[in-house]
Amino acid sequence: MAFFIAQILTGLANASALFMVAAGLSLIFGVTRIVNFAHGSFYMLGAYIGYSLMQILPGAVGFWGAILLAGVAVGLIGVIVEICVLRPVYRAPELFQLVATFGVILVIQDLTLMVWGPEDVLGPRAPGLRGVIRIMGEPVPKYDLALIAITPFVALALWYLIARTRMGVLVRAATQDREMVGALGVNQAWLFTGVFFLGTALAGLGGAIQLPKGGADLLMDFNILTAIFVVVVIGGMGSLPGAYLAAVLISVLNVFGVAYLPQSTLVLMFVVMVIVLMVRPYGLFGREEVAGEHGQIGEPERPIKPAGLTTRLVVLAGLAVLAFLPLFGSSFAQVLVTDILIFCLFAASLHFLLGMGGLVSFGHAAYFGGGAYAAALLVTYAGTPMELVLLLAPIAAGLAAVIIGWVCLRLTGVYFAMLTLAFAQLLWSLVFQWGEVTGGDDGMVDIWPSDWASDTTAFFYLTLLLSVGGILMLRHTAHSPFGYALRAARDSARQAEATGIDTKRIQWVAFAFAGAMAGLAGGLFVFSKGSVFPNELEIAKSFDALIVVFLGGVKTLAGGVVGGAALKGAEDYITRFEYWRLVLGITIILVVIMAPDGIVGSLRRAGERIGLIRDPEARS
Amino acid sequence: MRRRNFLRGLIAATAAGLTVTGALAQDTIKIGEINHYKRMAAFAGPYKQGIELALDEVNAAGGVLGKPLEFIFRDDQGDPGEAVKIAEELMTRDGAVMLTGTILSNVGLAISSLAAEKKYVYLASEPLADAIVWAKGNPYTFRLRASTHMQASMLAEEAAKTDAKTFATIAPNYAYGKDAVAAFKAALLKLKPDAEFVAEQWPALFKIDAGAEVQAIERAKPDAIYNVTFGTDLAKFVREGTDRGLFDGRVVMGLLSGEPEYLDPLRDEAPEGWIVTGYPWYGVEDDANKAFVDAYMATYKDHPRIGSLVGYMTVQSIVAVLEKAGSTETEAIREAFADLHVDTPVGQITFRAADHQATMGAFVGKTTLRDGRGVMVDWTYKDGADYLPSPEEAKALRPGN
Repeated sequence: MAFFIAQILTGLANASALFMVAAGLSLIFGVTRIVNFAHGSFYMLGAYIGYSLMQILPGAVGFWGAILLAGVAVGLIGVIVEICVLRPVYRAPELFQLVATFGVILVIQDLTLMVWGPEDVLGPRAPGLRGVIRIMGEPVPKYDLALIAITPFVALALWYLIARTRMGVLVRAATQDREMVGALGVNQAWLFTGVFFLGTALAGLGGAIQLPKGGADLLMDFNILTAIFVVVVIGGMGSLPGAYLAAVLISVLNVFGVAYLPQSTLVLMFVVMVIVLMVRPYGLFGREEVAGEHGQIGEPERPIKPAGLTTRLVVLAGLAVLAFLPLFGSSFAQVLVTDILIFCLFAASLHFLLGMGGLVSFGHAAYFGGGAYAAALLVTYAGTPMELVLLLAPIAAGLAAVIIGWVCLRLTGVYFAMLTLAFAQLLWSLVFQWGEVTGGDDGMVDIWPSDWASDTTAFFYLTLLLSVGGILMLRHTAHSPFGYALRAARDSARQAEATGIDTKRIQWVAFAFAGAMAGLAGGLFVFSKGSVFPNELEIAKSFDALIVVFLGGVKTLAGGVVGGAALKGAEDYITRFEYWRLVLGITIILVVIMAPDGIVGSLRRAGERIGLIRDPEARS
Repeated sequence: MRRRNFLRGLIAATAAGLTVTGALAQDTIKIGEINHYKRMAAFAGPYKQGIELALDEVNAAGGVLGKPLEFIFRDDQGDPGEAVKIAEELMTRDGAVMLTGTILSNVGLAISSLAAEKKYVYLASEPLADAIVWAKGNPYTFRLRASTHMQASMLAEEAAKTDAKTFATIAPNYAYGKDAVAAFKAALLKLKPDAEFVAEQWPALFKIDAGAEVQAIERAKPDAIYNVTFGTDLAKFVREGTDRGLFDGRVVMGLLSGEPEYLDPLRDEAPEGWIVTGYPWYGVEDDANKAFVDAYMATYKDHPRIGSLVGYMTVQSIVAVLEKAGSTETEAIREAFADLHVDTPVGQITFRAADHQATMGAFVGKTTLRDGRGVMVDWTYKDGADYLPSPEEAKALRPGN
């Protein structure tokens, strides 16, 4: 019994920082609809700034003062980010802002490294709270008790702010219907800035308050990111009581997991999330999503049309150049283009799902990595020849997508996105944990192409053929009746249903098709690298593809491919610099601000303005 | 629409950018060095400084084979796929004669597989996984640093000398952690057949829930604890464990815990009395070790880490192998690695012909606090050769050869 209570106390203490950070994320999403990937970075900043302040400010007052000041400082940094980076892109398509926040992550990572150096920082102890108190014989750290006591006060203060003040009224109104709030004369820009301040300040507070339990390091931004997303989703997007309950639930379950199922540490959180979302599709306290009720933000999308003659000629010429690359390019140029082509196919498959289907998947790496692992397993355990593997990998990935799609498509919007992420993470932990078969994180190696394709040039041609073939097939599908049905389901499910389209089934097929194409890319990837590791299934890989699609332009057919080529090419060049993350981050932010329609969309607009391309709207 | 144009322009731009860098520095011997300079900055930084220190010394003495030695440093973002691409570039475009580098084992394994396929020589300097030279070993890959198996065996030997009967283990839930526990268990049970493992904890890497882990170990009431956690996980585990009295009256072993990379950040909260492997740079007395430490401190105004030593020895190994080969041809280098002897700060090491593992050992000692920071005392340097299987056994561990 005593052990049981001690465990619950540990869980409650762990929930403290998690709640603060997650509450901030939830607030920001609720009001601004921004999925703030950079939230972990603000948490990290809070820890580092808090640490530095604690070195200056003496005693207990200094310690607690430092935590508060760290929160304020991080909030102010958040305001700068909001005004400089996010404000210019509020009118962009939904979720486009997450690309900007990704740029912010990179910038903050390098700046933190510059300011605080590479070595991990051990957090200072809270004055007067060192050591333990024995509760029924079990040692409980004093600081844990302090955290358990403080958290409800923070939660209460937040509740008061939201429920009892004018700002809170506005925030709640904006969460429910921000267009109406704008129409009633509320200055939305400052409301958003205010909420961003509060949200990031909470992240900073969370980072500073956990210092005595650990410290600050350069990996903590990504390490907390999944956990807070899970908490926010379980609690219900935008719900503060939900976030509190979910943080406690996750933390306490985790403590029991550690004690009774020590191997469960990787998956537990995601299993809980899947179960909760199956029972309550909008989280514990979430409401059905209202985003998109008034249609998408920004101007309506143009109908897609087959490429004109000029475009076809240009593409053909470009393909010809690629086909002759081995004649004039070096061996490494072929390796690089092989890499880029594979990534373009992967990005194009996500683009199909996202652009044509309106289905935002946060876990698309599951099918890329799934295809890659299917290929690696077939080669390693069945000695399957490469040719057959390249056929089976997309089928395996497609099957995985059929199963996962069946579950995920019961939800929509951000909840759908988070469920796809959860499944990708489950697949990842399966591969990671099942070391006897998959090699765990030591991966599977020595998977090379058949003899005829083992030469760099031969494999380059194989990739060129399959990737371009796959991309053209995706493009062709978009123009087929199936593509029309899919876009109808995206734009207005109700009207589509009325005309006899089974929208769920159409989306399900699209999900499987996109998964299969990603699987093909994964299969090619394994043979180009000769090995595969669990990081091909990681969240970062899914985000890579997401960012590329948004960067290229969601509302254009070529977005995924162009974005993929641009980012991979830029990355290859920029990573040669010492502070490449800073450079890449700033580049991404600049592209986002200057080209809010994505690269392709903005180029097209610019082309129309100077008269290079005819504007189809002008004539109709 | 304009996608191919875009791609073409991009490739042209990259190619142009590269020819410029490639054209510089003609007549040097180039080594391709791939590492996670950003992702693991605290480890890769000292390693790179060790390399640069050795390079300065080598080139001041006239280089190798009559030419200056040059390292091309590239960041792989900690991504194996990226590392493979960079390896190709280093070998086919930049004219590197061999590859070296990596800390993360998975990246090391990816490069090693490429090395075998494309016939590039790869000296895995820092990755610890046993698989690099054994299960996945190949003719083109060699490893410098003492492996997981070797270091775990050293600690098992120390553990067997104690009275402890029941053991708990805590290791990050990934390949390195699992290997480290398995190797320790096997080695300990050989020396002490009645040893019993009463708890095995597997926190997620860098996401440890330290309070819960400490409670779980305490509940098993072991005589001894074998720790494999490192970095921020170690800091949190030590803090919670000390607070809750977990380490009181228990024997604690820490794999790598004595390395400055891990011990330094703990400052005055470094655990006392742990039996660890590490690098006591502050205590070395013999000429070779001392000379390296002094030169390093004079150059960088900072003390060396274990990574610095490995970086320094990487260059020494490469110089030795090039001189023995008398050429920069891949096959000549590969053959010269067989039973190559290298004189290093820790004494002479040998790259074993049987399994391509160098006999670099490790320092084993006890931790204590001195002047507000953790140090190792009562340490000895254990020769790696004593903790490796015999050449015949090692051959059997390499199914691919």
